[in-house]
Amino acid sequence: MPDAASIKARIEAAIPGAQADVDDWTGGGDHFRATVVADAFAGLTRIQQHRLVYDVFGEEIGGPIHALSLTTISP
Amino acid sequence: MTDQHDNPVRQAIADAIASNEVILFMKGSPEAPACGFSARTVGILQSLDTRFAAVDILPDPRIRQELSALSQWPTIPQLFVGGELVGGCDIVTEMFESGELAELLGAEQQADAADPAVAERSTLQIENRLS
Repeated sequence: MPDAASIKARIEAAIPGAQADVDDWTGGGDHFRATVVADAFAGLTRIQQHRLVYDVFGEEIGGPIHALSLTTISP
Repeated sequence: MTDQHDNPVRQAIADAIASNEVILFMKGSPEAPACGFSARTVGILQSLDTRFAAVDILPDPRIRQELSALSQWPTIPQLFVGGELVGGCDIVTEMFESGELAELLGAEQQADAADPAVAERSTLQIENRLS
């Protein structure tokens, strides 16, 4: 089962320079909320920024990760 | 790209996006949303008095599969305006709070007003077109 710490680590490993804050929204291990700050978001639309993060997890989103609510910030 | 003639589900989804200025793919219906994220997105559209078409993705798993393949977006709901993916619940909420959504939809609603052929708000039943 995914947990907030592993989701944070995977986002930070996959997106260079990213800092992620992740919490388990419901405590159930399947609804997560993340705020991600990354230089890589510069010049991207919100859709593109969110896709960068979703792409880290591929088909796990909608599977074991039922929901990953995102706020993306370009510093 | 997949040949759309061989893929009636994806074709039906593409047609629905192309023929509705504002269209929401969601779980359940606007009257009875089946997920909190869909419910919140519907609530935002309704609070802006937006006329929108809605598609329930639950009746047939192929709808969700083909929608995500088409939009390259993994989660539901998905809001499209003018044929473009705007986002899911997070982005719609953020744009609502910043006023960007009202601006985007305001422009589209004016375009609608000039087009008497625009359909009334309704739940489209893609699955009924598949048999």
